[in-house]
Amino acid sequence: MKNGWYTFYYMKEKSVHHIPAKNFAKDFRRQLPLQSMVLPGIVFMIIFSYIPIYGLTIAFKNYTVVDTFSSAQWVGLHNFEIVVKDRYFWQSIVNTLGISFLKLIIGFPAPIIFAIMIYELSEGTFKRAIQTISYLPHFLSWIVLGGMLIKWLSTTGFINQALLRLGFIDKPVNYLLNGKAYWWIAALSDVWKEAGWGTVLYLATMAGIDPTYYEAAKIDGAGRMRQIFSITLPLMRNIISLNFILTVSGLLHSNLDQAMVLMNSQNQAQSEVIDSYVYRMGLTQGDFSYATAVGLGVSIVSVIILYAANKITNRINEESVF
Amino acid sequence: MTKKIKENKTFSYINYSLIILFTLAIIIPLLNIVSSSFAGSKALAEENFIFFPSEWSLDNYRAVLNDTSMWSAFCVSVLKTVLGVITHVFFCSMVAYGLSKRYLLGRKVYTILGIITLFFSGGMIPTYLLMKDLHLLNNFWVYIIPQLFSYYDVIILMNFFRQLPDSLEEAAIIDGAGAWRILLTIIMPLSKPALATIALFNGVFQWNDFMTAKLYITTKRTLYPLQMKLYEIIVQQQAATMNNIGNFVVQTTSKGIQLATIVVTTVPILVIYPLLQKHFVSGMMLGSVKE
Repeated sequence: MKNGWYTFYYMKEKSVHHIPAKNFAKDFRRQLPLQSMVLPGIVFMIIFSYIPIYGLTIAFKNYTVVDTFSSAQWVGLHNFEIVVKDRYFWQSIVNTLGISFLKLIIGFPAPIIFAIMIYELSEGTFKRAIQTISYLPHFLSWIVLGGMLIKWLSTTGFINQALLRLGFIDKPVNYLLNGKAYWWIAALSDVWKEAGWGTVLYLATMAGIDPTYYEAAKIDGAGRMRQIFSITLPLMRNIISLNFILTVSGLLHSNLDQAMVLMNSQNQAQSEVIDSYVYRMGLTQGDFSYATAVGLGVSIVSVIILYAANKITNRINEESVF
Repeated sequence: MTKKIKENKTFSYINYSLIILFTLAIIIPLLNIVSSSFAGSKALAEENFIFFPSEWSLDNYRAVLNDTSMWSAFCVSVLKTVLGVITHVFFCSMVAYGLSKRYLLGRKVYTILGIITLFFSGGMIPTYLLMKDLHLLNNFWVYIIPQLFSYYDVIILMNFFRQLPDSLEEAAIIDGAGAWRILLTIIMPLSKPALATIALFNGVFQWNDFMTAKLYITTKRTLYPLQMKLYEIIVQQQAATMNNIGNFVVQTTSKGIQLATIVVTTVPILVIYPLLQKHFVSGMMLGSVKE
């Protein structure tokens, strides 16, 4: 009996369909060792994923500290009505979109260009060194990077020093205390951290390009630029448009770690993003239902954007995420 | 023909110089932090250097290493990373092995349940309330238990397990090995590349994660990991600079401590970085062969 499930194993896929339903209990018992491996995972998902999903219902309830998810009073769309009228909510939406938009226009093409530049290097130590260095920032935590940014951007930091010496500014500015600069700081620091890492996927795709295309192009007299625009980029179209759909659908995703470490009372009007607002309303002020409503509303809009982005790119070319 | 060669040469020159420029834009700021962390307090106060402070000193590191709370935070970080990685890899492999068998009863339901979790989540607040109900607030296990499982990693492992030849398993079956035995003595040792990739990425996540502590460790500060400790130092320092609290000496000292902590926090990542590099490209490939 101990090895009973192996007999079952040899039946393999096809024969499973022939087993009458009444044998389910018996077959299940034979597979017990396997089921005992999978079921803990299922229990885990039910507790740590599905219970919080059920917990989203508190967005339509008035949840207080003494309540459970199900015992709270239903209030319908009341929370959402307040969210829509909340000035600070709209401020966090504007900031999130502003930062995401800057990230999209700088951070989306950057890894593509960088990957092509690396691809054009000849194989060797230099190429590997460049890759090693450019991937490194991805593995720094946002707290570490935040601490570094605070130093770089302070009045005595190297950015101010460089600008002073080059004569671009007369006196040093603490850029993090200047709300106007915050969107750029948030977007550019994100690009600095992730652009190198973003090349991994593109480089892997380019490694799959058949070298005979380039040989043929060379014989036809195409220069390096011509090869990039006529061979490399067209062959990467699919992966680029896939990444574009994912980036666009993430426009409302905010970087909580970054906001937590770079935010201060001087730049809060520009640095408060959706997630940090949810954190502040829910965990600092204890308004759980309201914060959940903000989070849920934003997720629903995100899904709609993903769907729309997918539809539009679908029209443009055949590739789609789904 | 000579024109073409010339064009290609110019292309190479421009390409190489731009790449070197980009790389310097990564290296220079990082070196600036490292050299500043070794600067004496006087040099830090004047701060008129990028790489070479007028005065070198180990005082910042001495201050950090003499702080017992820093050591306890370091221990929490190490413990949460090591324990978190081991349990995560084991738990995910176990589930993935079961799910990799196509004849597993209920496999369709399990897969659907798993895929839904990739696209939907309860978000910050419901998850926080769940942790509270599970008594995981201010509890070391909040670093480990919620991180045990990731369906994404299960998919990667499942695909890897399926590529292994069936004959190995069949031989073990004939020798009378059970499912658990096969997983532990045949499948897992053969899947080292996949397991290493998942372990390294999970390890980097565990080491760098500060949000878990920020959200769930509300009162018991002895459970703070290094990242959270650094966050606290940064926030205090920011507030002090903005409100001009404390005298100049105190400010520069805490600035030095902050820089030294940044470096200390990052060293473990740098140590495993060569290992990581070997594995992450294969890891990306594993991730891209999703079902």
